[in-house]
Amino acid sequence: MIWSRHNILSPSASVDTLTLWLLRGAAGAAMGVVLLILLFLAMESWPALRHISIDRFLTDPSWNPGENLYNLAPMLSGTLYAAAGALLLATPLGIASALFIAYYASPHVASIYRHLVELLAGIPSVVYGFWGLTTLVPLINQLHPPGASLLAGILVLTLMILPTVALTAYATLLAVPGEYMIGAAALGLSRWGMIRGVALPAAKTGIAAGVILAAGRAIGETMALLMVTGNVVQNASSLFEPIRTLAANIALEMPYAMDDHRAALFVSGLTLMVLVMSLWGVAARLARNGDG
Amino acid sequence: MYREPEPTPIEPAKAADDPLGKADNGYTLGPMQVGPACCDPQPLIQVENFSLRYGPKTALANVTLDIYRGCITALIGPSGCGKTSFLSSINRLTDLIPGCGVSGRICIDGGDIHDPARNVQALRRQIGMVFQKPTPFPLSIYRNIELPLHEHGVKRRVDTAVIIEQVLRDVGLWDEVHDRLHSSALNLSGGQQQRLCIARALALNPRILLMDEPCSALDPIASGIVEDLISRLRGRYTIVIVTHNLAQARRIANYAAFFWVRGQAGSLVEFGHCRQIFESPAHELTAAYVKGARG
Amino acid sequence: MAEMVFTKSTRTLRDWFAQLAVYCAALLICAAFTWILSDIVRGGMAHLSLDFVIGSPREAGRAGGIGSILVSTALVLAIALMAALPLGWTTAALLANHVSADRGFGGAVRYSLQVLAAVPSIVFGLFGNAFFSIYLGMGFSILSGGLTLACMLLPILVSTAESGLRAIPDAYRLSAAALGMSRTSTLFRLLLPIAAPSLAAGLLLGIGRAIAETAALLFTSGYVDRTPGSLLDSGRTLAVHIFDLSMNVPGGDAAAYASALVLITALLLINVIAMRLTAGWQRRKIMSQNSNGYSNTDVP
Repeated sequence: MIWSRHNILSPSASVDTLTLWLLRGAAGAAMGVVLLILLFLAMESWPALRHISIDRFLTDPSWNPGENLYNLAPMLSGTLYAAAGALLLATPLGIASALFIAYYASPHVASIYRHLVELLAGIPSVVYGFWGLTTLVPLINQLHPPGASLLAGILVLTLMILPTVALTAYATLLAVPGEYMIGAAALGLSRWGMIRGVALPAAKTGIAAGVILAAGRAIGETMALLMVTGNVVQNASSLFEPIRTLAANIALEMPYAMDDHRAALFVSGLTLMVLVMSLWGVAARLARNGDG
Repeated sequence: MYREPEPTPIEPAKAADDPLGKADNGYTLGPMQVGPACCDPQPLIQVENFSLRYGPKTALANVTLDIYRGCITALIGPSGCGKTSFLSSINRLTDLIPGCGVSGRICIDGGDIHDPARNVQALRRQIGMVFQKPTPFPLSIYRNIELPLHEHGVKRRVDTAVIIEQVLRDVGLWDEVHDRLHSSALNLSGGQQQRLCIARALALNPRILLMDEPCSALDPIASGIVEDLISRLRGRYTIVIVTHNLAQARRIANYAAFFWVRGQAGSLVEFGHCRQIFESPAHELTAAYVKGARG
Repeated sequence: MAEMVFTKSTRTLRDWFAQLAVYCAALLICAAFTWILSDIVRGGMAHLSLDFVIGSPREAGRAGGIGSILVSTALVLAIALMAALPLGWTTAALLANHVSADRGFGGAVRYSLQVLAAVPSIVFGLFGNAFFSIYLGMGFSILSGGLTLACMLLPILVSTAESGLRAIPDAYRLSAAALGMSRTSTLFRLLLPIAAPSLAAGLLLGIGRAIAETAALLFTSGYVDRTPGSLLDSGRTLAVHIFDLSMNVPGGDAAAYASALVLITALLLINVIAMRLTAGWQRRKIMSQNSNGYSNTDVP
């Protein structure tokens, strides 16, 4: 980018210098926010980490802060089950949506459909949760009580992360050089042959990065899952059993948590953040390598 | 200690200063500096041992030449021989390129442009520059010229309006655009955009105009119009023009400087009267280039 | 020969099957979208009226309206934007114009913004509760909720503004410099006006994200459904209201539907305007490229 180093002494350059320092100050403040967040999460988690040994978060008999029992494992498994199930559904649907926009639909239909997916991404999670609660849960209840279950969570979460998968996949497909496709067509490949043989391999790192971003979103999602999964702390053994996720647990217990209990919630928050950040790190690395 | 020279004021040129211009159906074209009488050359820009590098790579080595007041000097030579780098060193636009370093001296009216006390913005105000691709800002035609004027202290609406009309007349654009001054400059044709860029540079009342292949992105007709315009500016401004079009250089330039790549870096091979460079070049490289490009 | 025909027919079969699958997926998603939207619209229209929009909630929200909720939402939003916009846009200007964004200070800023974008909203809620509500003593208040949201909006505002500024060709910066313009006035008089549509689009996206947010506000701005008397009062935003009605208030569904309809309508409007803006911006960019796209050949 453009910069300059000679004109520091000239009079109007002092305005530039002032502006530069102002901009630097703002950027520094933006950076400070991140440090502040990390600092406060660590500070608030500290009592729990000091009083409770780390392995107890996975080996205690149950989650019962009143009796000093802090097993996060069932909620961790609930979070991961829900996220994995949603990814399993959203990945093929999302990629298919991207292919539909990029290669199958007419330009007009494609643009309508793309806007629809963008709107889907803009619906707030509390509305998804509310819809799940009033529509999906009763339906599942007819199928297999109690209704509020892992399955309901997976379905709602699928709708929520699908746009992430679809839009990133579409963006990467768009970046596949047109010559590749023309070259493939010249070889007499059919449409699906071109997609499977040329487009998808060329776009695979970008698509993978999108899926990982979606996984991050699924793990961090709070409200929708809080509203439809029943919030029972247990290791689900079937799709129809209720679960509680880590994020939902924080939202549920934060209002009345004290001392070690509160600190334990911050520990689960920190865990979530580390999980999501490492996923984003992997996605960013993938996207970078995909570029080069 | 270096002292900033008194800047030339930016104000509408008075037609009385310039009887020649008045005869030329209302064009004013700025005050005459020195006539195109090149038999009495006065150096305005003096370049001594100037070298320029991008990081470790030397782009231009040991250039020494004088550029004469009121004349058109063409820089010719193959691509990558440092012509454009040389041109943008004169208004220190090279400062903006990371890792770019210079040595040697470039003096304008005896003052070194790299003097630390030099106000770069004032320097650039006195040196207009026109790029290869027309670069009007995505603003209205009027605003394109008003913006730099405002930056340099011309804030009264009356003054700006007078200057804008005058420079648009000077580049022959007034009749074409006077009824749509407030529509986007991007809707102009390529040649019109380039003339607008020239007008924008002229509005600041510069002494020197740097032109980097101003016609090469234009179609032949627009190119011809811009070329005529440049010829008309001779004598009022000191013009340094980079061009790959030798016929054009021959038509409009008083002096020509031939650059060539020696080793890895560009350097000046020969400088002289345009006629001499084209008809009796002293150096065999020049002779080969001028002939080869002609044949 | 027979073999050729065979491979060809399996190939067309596979092509046909792939096409079917892709169309089915697209249809399924359209159906789900229509289902959600029609549910909300049908449920919401029954309860929605002008009185509902301007009235105050009674009986924990079962009756009455959402007037005070909308006031709280607007206040939280205003605080968030007032804090995040100056910070976000100046940071973007720095990253796009003044420093190398990959190394040194610029790299560090960009990296921390990426981290910020990855933080789940519930974690913002935890942080806001610990820092703004307790450490800075703001309690459960509009101010604390707004500032928490501001932290969340920062990465969106920076990235949209930065990409808008980066999309401006360097030729403009060079020409401005050649005309002797300082970098400050180039930024304020030339670059920011040119990038205005993308700044506006980013702003709208940020507003959308802010009014959709629930988890970060649960324990920062709180649940109180009265009209807040000051910025230090607790106030319930629309999204939190929907959550509370559907989870904690038996018989609150009708009001929740209507509130959801109001929220969705607002978000749809914002989205449509943002799309318009970005589309217009792209069109302008293409136009300017076309009008500059002459043949690059030398004149003979």
